[in-house]
Amino acid sequence: MKRTALAEKHEQLGARMVDFAGWYMPVQYSGIIEEHKTVRSTAGLFDLGHMGQVEVTGNDALAFLNYIGSNDISGLEPGAAIYSLMLNPNGGVIDDIIIYRHPSGVGYFVVINASNTDKDVAWLQEQAAKRDDLDVNVNHISESTGMIAIQGPNAAEIVTKLSSVDLNDMSHFSMRETTIAGVECLAGRTGYTGEDGWEFYFPVDQCATVWDALMSAGDDLGIKPIGLGARDTLRLEARMPLYGNEMDDETNPYDAGLGWAVKLDRDDFVGRDALVAAREQGINRRTVGFKMVERGGVPRSHYEVQVDGKQVGYVTSGTASPTLGENIGLAIIDKAYAGAGKPLDIMIRGKAVKAEQMKMPFYKRGA
Amino acid sequence: MDIPKDYKFTKTHEWVKVEGDVVTIGISDFAQAELGDITYLELPPVGQSINKADPLGVVESVKAASDVYSPVSGEIVEENSNVIDAPELVNSSPYDDAWLVKIRISDPSQLEELMDSGAYSKLVAESGGH
Repeated sequence: MKRTALAEKHEQLGARMVDFAGWYMPVQYSGIIEEHKTVRSTAGLFDLGHMGQVEVTGNDALAFLNYIGSNDISGLEPGAAIYSLMLNPNGGVIDDIIIYRHPSGVGYFVVINASNTDKDVAWLQEQAAKRDDLDVNVNHISESTGMIAIQGPNAAEIVTKLSSVDLNDMSHFSMRETTIAGVECLAGRTGYTGEDGWEFYFPVDQCATVWDALMSAGDDLGIKPIGLGARDTLRLEARMPLYGNEMDDETNPYDAGLGWAVKLDRDDFVGRDALVAAREQGINRRTVGFKMVERGGVPRSHYEVQVDGKQVGYVTSGTASPTLGENIGLAIIDKAYAGAGKPLDIMIRGKAVKAEQMKMPFYKRGA
Repeated sequence: MDIPKDYKFTKTHEWVKVEGDVVTIGISDFAQAELGDITYLELPPVGQSINKADPLGVVESVKAASDVYSPVSGEIVEENSNVIDAPELVNSSPYDDAWLVKIRISDPSQLEELMDSGAYSKLVAESGGH
């Protein structure tokens, strides 16, 4: 298993360590529910050293990222970020990515999922080689890049103590250069929890410095380290999709509820023809959120969804929501049955258990 | 890791407390710690017969659903409604408040196949428990 630069620290903190996509990662420290509530009420710190990063440079970097991505990045200003999908020629999702235009204006910084890093890098390099009409370089920088996220209502107050520039006037989905405790960082005001927060990128040998500084600065503001278990419950409440659950190589973005990240009205991109054809045939599935209204268990990925005894879809993600105190989930179902308030039956261990569709997201900050 | 001396244990981390021909069953401290926050329990109804090693119920944590296996054969004579209403008791009091069911055993010799606390401590240590 691969270890992040902070693996020893997690062990010292008493984390339960697991194999996650080939990485030795903390799934929890004190407990998922407690950690989840910490992020919602104060602040949480996440070691994301397992995630992948790629630098895309060259005169045609913009054209290349528009070619391999579903979203249109043409209007992306220096220091701005956008969510996009890398599609295969069939319109299935290779990965969901965040593309930052470097604050300097030169090149792009792309963040990819840990479980997909090798696949994504190979795909990007293959596409770059195929498009020899484009001047583009794909540099895989995961091994030299450390990544730590801070999320929660107290995140701004904590980072303000340590940053060399004001991070608090950054807009959501933007990136800025700063130092954190003297370490040069790229700071993205993004996140995967539904809370305010930042993701910091910096030389990997500075992981301990950044981690310790944030922990110390947040000590009196309730900061705690947060494992992958709470990361999953947080992202699900905020209705953030997870690769392998809400989307995969076989699922097109429309079925996954990610049509908003697809801009068809532009030049060719990988998967475009398949998506145009899919739309012409009609999009018959929807991703919906639901809560269980009957006792019977927690909905889990791949459980069957029924209406009147007939299968209409399947659960993509589900959990016990610490914020709502309810069992919740996302499902891909036939469009005819979709709609907030409409009933579904979730097949839990062979029994139909009643659920009701809800407006998304389950949790919205300040709401 | 708490492992009471007067309880018996299974390889699948259930505990058994013997009182005459009725045994009380729960899951071990090690098991609850491995599972994390418990959010839901499914237990068989009183009166149901069950065979040793058959699924006795389901324990759901935030992360996953896990089967609980019956350490003995017999009939369910009582279930703990408190723990069904408050599954988090499994985390806070695995050996006392969070007993799951009581079973009237049909074959007392099965008790001899269970581990004592010493053997179970060794199993937990080998499983990475501490």
